[in-house]
Formats: sequence, C-alpha cells, structure tokens
Amino acid sequence: MTTAPVEVKEPEISDVVVPDRPWVVIVWNDPINMMSYVTFVFQKLFGYSLEKATKLMLDVHEKGKAAVSSGPREKAELDVFRLHEHGLWATMEHDS
Amino acid sequence: MIRRRVRRSRDGTFDLRIPSDERDLIRSVGPQLRDVLVRQATAIQHGDDPAIDRLFPVAYPDDEERQTEFRLLAHDELLSSHLGALAVLEETADAERLNEDQLLAWMRALNHVRLVLGTRLDVTEEGDERPRSLRDPRAGAFAVYDYLTYLQGEIIEALAG
Repeated sequence: MTTAPVEVKEPEISDVVVPDRPWVVIVWNDPINMMSYVTFVFQKLFGYSLEKATKLMLDVHEKGKAAVSSGPREKAELDVFRLHEHGLWATMEHDS
Repeated sequence: MIRRRVRRSRDGTFDLRIPSDERDLIRSVGPQLRDVLVRQATAIQHGDDPAIDRLFPVAYPDDEERQTEFRLLAHDELLSSHLGALAVLEETADAERLNEDQLLAWMRALNHVRLVLGTRLDVTEEGDERPRSLRDPRAGAFAVYDYLTYLQGEIIEALAG
C-alpha cells in the first residue's frame, strides 16, 4: 500500500513580519562644505541646539562621519533628501 | 575693515551690500550651475562626473535595489529643488534686500556652485593646493571659489545671528 504524498505547505518567507529596525542617517566629511554651514544646516533641519549641532559637525569633521538622525525608513529617507537639498553627503543604513 | 555684505535688519529681512563687481561674479556662476544640473540627465551612471555625484548623492551605497527605488522617488524632486534655489539667486542677483527664504535659496545655490567648483578643483581641507601663480589656468576658478566661500560665511553669519 502506498500513501499519497502529502503536500506540506511551507511557510513563505514574506509572510513573516520582520519588525522594522530603525534606520540611521549618516553625514560624511567632505573638504568643501564649511563647518559653520554644516552646523547651521543641522540646526535648521533637525531643530538641534547650537551645542548639539556643533558637536555633530565636529564628529563629521574629526571622525569622518556622524549619525545625525534615526527612525523608520520613510523618515530617514526624507532626512537624507533634505540633507541632499543642502549639498551634504548623507547616506542611510540599518542601526547595528 | 571690510564692510559686512549681508546684515539682518530689524524687520527680519536681510540687507545686501554687495559691490557691483561681486554682483557680476554672482550672476556669472548661475549658468555654470544650470549647465551641470541639466547635463546630469545624460549622466546615467554614478561616477561619470564627480561634481554631479556631489549634487545627487547616493543614499544607499550598499543596496543597489533600494538605491534605485530611492533615486526613482527623489531624483526629479531634488533636481527641481536645486533648480528652484538657482532661479531665486538669478532673479534676485541685483536685489538690495532679501527675505529669509530668498537668502536661504542663495545659501543653497551658492553652496551648490562651491561643490561643483571644489570638486573640479579637487580642493582639500588644508587648502594647500592653491595655485602659486596667476598664470596658473586654475587661478580664476580658485578666486571664484574663495570669494563664494567668503560670501557663504557672511550669509550664514547673518542667518544664524
């Protein structure tokens, strides 16, 4: 006696809901944008205090990059876009 | 003492005291920036022109698929944003007074010009690549770049002050 093969439905990967890990917006150092300009843009776009904006600018300048904002993908993409509007070299990546 | 070029006035607008030869220079950079912005449509690949890459940076350097999606969504809007700032600069190049939005557009457009020139001239943070002689073919472009850096500093000081 043979048994008919039983179809086993494999769960599809796309059915699994992966919680949205936050995205981080990174600004990279470049030799052209002025320090005062970068600080001003951080204040204007993100509403940061002069102190916080200056610290982030110095991180960019001295360490080569700084994480300037984070959040869901849509928010991070909008932040990247606004930084690009101001000529800053911004990218985004998953929070690790 | 050099007179301030940009001053915030009490009503929140900004007075521009820019001599006419500097106005000529400001007007002359507009077409150069427009040329780069319009030409980017033909530079399909990133890396074809580093100046274009600086004005239209990659958002997802390690994810080609997401980068393609992002570019599809954002690119035209970024182009019209860049062109919009440039249009304000050109329309108000002779103005003696600007409102804050107009001055912010000047700030962005002039910075875009600095990005294009600085990339072409390969400037470094140390600034030690300056030509030593006026006969150097790059001397003119460096002079424009340095002037725009100075004016940009004045604009930021007025906006942030």
